[in-house]
Amino acid sequence: MKILVCISKTPDTTAKIAFTDNNTKFDNSGVQWIINPNDEYYALVRSIELKESDPSAIIHLINVGGADNDAILRKAFALGGDEGIRVNAENSDSFGIASQIASVAKDGGYDLIFLGKETIDYNGSSVGGMVAELLNLPYVSLATKFELSGANATITREIEGGEEVCEVCLPVVVSCNKGMAEQRIPNMRGIMAARTKPLKIMEPIATDNLTEIVEYSLPPAKAGVKLIDPDNVAELVRLLKDEAKVI
Amino acid sequence: MVLAFIDIAEDGSIKKSSLEVLTYSGKLAKQLGTEAHGVILAPSAEDLSALGKYGVQKIHRVSNGNLKHFDAQVFADTIAQVAEQTGATVIVFSNNTDGKAAAPRLSAKLKAGLVSGVVALPETADGNFIVKKTVFSGKAFAKVKVNSSVKIISLNPNAFSIEPGEGVADVVAFNATVNTPKITVREVKKESGEVPLAEAEIVVSGGRGLKGPENWGILENLAKELHAALACSRPVADAHWRPHNEHVGQTGGAIAPNLYIACGISGAIQHLAGVNRSKVIVVVNKDAEAPFFKAADYGIVGDLFDVVPKITEAIKQMKG
Repeated sequence: MKILVCISKTPDTTAKIAFTDNNTKFDNSGVQWIINPNDEYYALVRSIELKESDPSAIIHLINVGGADNDAILRKAFALGGDEGIRVNAENSDSFGIASQIASVAKDGGYDLIFLGKETIDYNGSSVGGMVAELLNLPYVSLATKFELSGANATITREIEGGEEVCEVCLPVVVSCNKGMAEQRIPNMRGIMAARTKPLKIMEPIATDNLTEIVEYSLPPAKAGVKLIDPDNVAELVRLLKDEAKVI
Repeated sequence: MVLAFIDIAEDGSIKKSSLEVLTYSGKLAKQLGTEAHGVILAPSAEDLSALGKYGVQKIHRVSNGNLKHFDAQVFADTIAQVAEQTGATVIVFSNNTDGKAAAPRLSAKLKAGLVSGVVALPETADGNFIVKKTVFSGKAFAKVKVNSSVKIISLNPNAFSIEPGEGVADVVAFNATVNTPKITVREVKKESGEVPLAEAEIVVSGGRGLKGPENWGILENLAKELHAALACSRPVADAHWRPHNEHVGQTGGAIAPNLYIACGISGAIQHLAGVNRSKVIVVVNKDAEAPFFKAADYGIVGDLFDVVPKITEAIKQMKG
C-alpha cells in the first residue's frame, strides 16, 4: 500500500496576525512556522498508524512551496514517512497547489491520498476535492474515522448535526478531521532519522492560478466587555433581549 | 446567470444554509443585472416554487435514484451539466460539509476559481470580481480576486441573513446524466431534533471549568431553553468529555452564531479563532483575568455552577 500525505506549512496557532505592504501581505516577521495541524495530527498520524499495522506500507509526503518549506517536511519526517517530495512552486492558489499534487500523484500508484480538512491560515478546504477531481478519484471530506479492510475503506465523515458512515474502494482522497488520530510528539529516534530521509525536489508543471488575494483586513476591535453582577443575571437576560436583541 | 446550489438534508428538508445561498444569489444577480436560478438534486418531487421568494426565478431539478445520498463526485458532475447548459457565470454553495466536498471538485472540473468561507457580496465594479472571505480561522479577512470567467462562491453559514420577499420560482426538470456513486453510504447517524452546530443561531459552550462530563446537564438545560446547539473547547473534546464534532476553535469547527455563551472557557487564542465571528459573546468564568473577557460583549465573573442555572431560570421567567 502506498500513501501520499499532503503537508502544508502554516504560522503557529499563537502567531500574531498582522499584515504589511499596504495590507497585501502576511507579516511573517517573528512568526514560527509549523506543519498545518490538520495535516499533522489527523492525516499524517493516521497514515503512520496504518503503516504500523501494515509495515509494508510506504508513506510519501508532499509539499508545494519554496525551499523554506524543507524544514517543515523534516519536522514531518520526525513523526514518520519514508520519502518526501517538494514541488518547487511558490505563490500558488488552491487550484495551483492541487494541480501540482495531482501531477505528482497521477503516476505515483497511490492507494490513499490524505490531507488535513483545511489549512489554519487560508481555511480553503479546497485542495483535497480538487486533487480528487483532477485524478478522477472518489473524495471523502471531513473524515473522523478511517478503517481499512483489504482494498476497501470504511470511512466516517462529519455531516451537519451528525455523521455518515460510507464505504469506498481504493484509491481514494480523504480530508482528515478531528477524531481520525491523536497528536503525537516525535521521539529522538524519529528526529535523528528525519535528517537523512530522501527529499526529492521537483520542478512544477505549468498551471494557472484562478484566484489571488488582493487585500487583508482585521476584524474591528470589540467595544469592551460589559460586566454583570453574578447576583443579578436577570440583567444579563434583559440586555441580551433589549440591547443586543439576540434572544 | 447566478446558480444557487440548494443543499438538502438526509430527510429531504431544505437546509437553512440553502436559504442563505438563495438570498445571496438573488442579491448578487440583481447587482450583476442578471437572473438567479437554483439547482436541486433530489430523488423526490416536492413543490419548490415557493423558494422563489428568496430571489430565484427558476429552479432546475434533477431527480434520479443515484442522488439519494450526497456524493461529491456525482453531485459535482451533475451540477456541472446544469451550469454549462444554462450558462451560469457564478455558482454559489454553502460552505457547509457538502459544499466543502462538492465546490472544490466543481472548481477543478470547470477551471472556475473558488473562494470558500465568503462573508459578503462581491465587489463587481470595473468588471472585477473581488470577494471577502475569512482567513486565519476567523482572526482576519482576505479579499480574493477571481480571474476565471466562471466563478464559484462558498458562503459561510450564518454570515448572510435570509430575507424572504415576494416571488414564485418556475421549477423545471433537468435531464442530466447521473453516474452511480463510487461511495456507498452505509449509515447516517443524526440526533433528531438537535440544532446543527454550524447553523445554530445560539450556541452554549463549555470548557474545562465544567470539571467533568457529568456536569454538562446545566449547559444542556440552558441550551434547551434557548433552542441552542452545544459546543466545547479543545481540552474537553481531547479528554472525550464531549464528542469531537462539538469542538470549536482553530483545529475544530469555526462558527458564527448570533449569540455564543462560553462557560468555564479561558479563551485561548486558538479557541477565539473559531468563535470570534459570533455577533454577541457572553463569558461566564470565575477567573476575572480570563482572556476571554477581552473578546466578550457581556461577562459574568462568577462560579458557573451557580450562575448558569440562574441564567436558565431568568430566561424561563422572561418567556413567562
